[in-house]
Amino acid sequence: MSGGLRTQVGQLARRSVLRTMRQPAQIVPSLIFPLFLLAVNSGGLKSATNLPGFPTDSYLTFALAVPFMQGALFSVMNTGTDLARDIETGFLNRLALTPLRGAALLSGLLAGAVVLGVVQAGVYLSVGLIAGAELAAGFGGALVIVALSVSITVAFGTIGLFVALRSGSGEAVQGLFPVFFVFLFLSAMSLPLDLLETDWFHAIASANPVTYLLEAFRSLLIEGWNIGDLALGFGIAAVILAIGMFGASRALKTRLVRT
Amino acid sequence: MTRRIALAVAWRSIHNFLTNPAFLLPGILFPLFFFTAFAGGLSAISGAPGFDFEGGYTAFQFVFVLLQSAAFGGVFTGFGIARDFEVGFARRYLLAATDRRGIVLGYALAAFVRALITWTILTVVALVAGMEIGGSAGEIVALYVLAVLVNLSATLWSAGVAMRVRSIQGGPLMQFPTFLVLFLAPVYVPLSLLSGWIHAVASVNPVTALLEAGRGFISGDPTVVALAFAVAIALPLAFGLWARGGLRRAEAAG
Repeated sequence: MSGGLRTQVGQLARRSVLRTMRQPAQIVPSLIFPLFLLAVNSGGLKSATNLPGFPTDSYLTFALAVPFMQGALFSVMNTGTDLARDIETGFLNRLALTPLRGAALLSGLLAGAVVLGVVQAGVYLSVGLIAGAELAAGFGGALVIVALSVSITVAFGTIGLFVALRSGSGEAVQGLFPVFFVFLFLSAMSLPLDLLETDWFHAIASANPVTYLLEAFRSLLIEGWNIGDLALGFGIAAVILAIGMFGASRALKTRLVRT
Repeated sequence: MTRRIALAVAWRSIHNFLTNPAFLLPGILFPLFFFTAFAGGLSAISGAPGFDFEGGYTAFQFVFVLLQSAAFGGVFTGFGIARDFEVGFARRYLLAATDRRGIVLGYALAAFVRALITWTILTVVALVAGMEIGGSAGEIVALYVLAVLVNLSATLWSAGVAMRVRSIQGGPLMQFPTFLVLFLAPVYVPLSLLSGWIHAVASVNPVTALLEAGRGFISGDPTVVALAFAVAIALPLAFGLWARGGLRRAEAAG
């Protein structure tokens, strides 16, 4: 990275991080809501551990993977809404008058998502472990969980950027939330893939990448080190990141031409 | 006169949500989505030791989603009331209505129509999905009467909040407690299979009686009927007072 690009990314990253940290309305719901659902589901579905083939006797451990995905969904909203606000207020137009590069803009905007990802992962994991969840992969596994969480949060954040640049509307970005919620609920969120009895649901969950992201987290929490599951999880995050960045870059070019 | 005011307010609210997909679709799609996710994704839970519900997991979840859609039909109507206050339309209602209770009644009527649309679609989808109904016609009617009372309760609760806050920013105040009280009940498994803190909370949560009675009706094995109806009647009475207080606050604020 050249010195100029580094400066540009640094400036925008600083702004993105500060903006995220100064908005409790962005951080608090993304911490509270997933933890509330974790508490309710781990209590309400505890009897699922009695099903033959359930991989652990602690539903809390099994369910602890879910908040990481929910946190990533909040990243779509936060990153996209921030950029949409920049578009709506004309800030992006002012940036377009500077020699700022598109790559710097997109990378800088994702810095807030990185910070949010670290905070979320730290809080979810700490609360989960304090509440009694197991972490089969140990301290090293905790670090990988944080890394995976950040990777997914950033990857999903690029989708928020793409939608914000295409629509230029914060309302359109907010409208994505139910769509992503559908992806989460139609996955192996509540039961392992093998225990999904309804055929059509099993087929959808098998084709849903969220299932494999959840399994990557669960492999560290329940099994220990499963390189195949981890590679799949990080691989899916990388593919989403690549597609999101490609889409966002194209949308940015189109928007700057319009400007 | 109160009836005419109520009908006028209801007509406008119904027209608003029927002609705007952004208002209509969430109320229909969310219950369908929850029903699909819970009944489809969690059906294996019915094989857990001690899960003794006779009617099958689809019917078990149908009752929860029916009552949830009833509650959220009321909450979404509360959003409409808050929006009316935000844009100043509700002030015109207050000026024009000779009996202002008719305004609240009108919103409640609109919430009922909204819920009725959702229930019709939800019921058809559940039947197509193979839901078993073991209850008699009378028991099924009783289940829907419970849903109507839940819908009325949630509408009055949300109306009370909306008329106090008078801004759509009050949305989370309407939504979150409703969400909380619904999910702190036996959503996925019967009460007997819950343990720990969630069992303790669900045991004193009034929604539990509503769910148990509703599931009893649909499976043809009525249970805690008197308690459920006592709760279902007490809630709208209590929230009626809450809504009346909200109306007075709105009147005082001009």
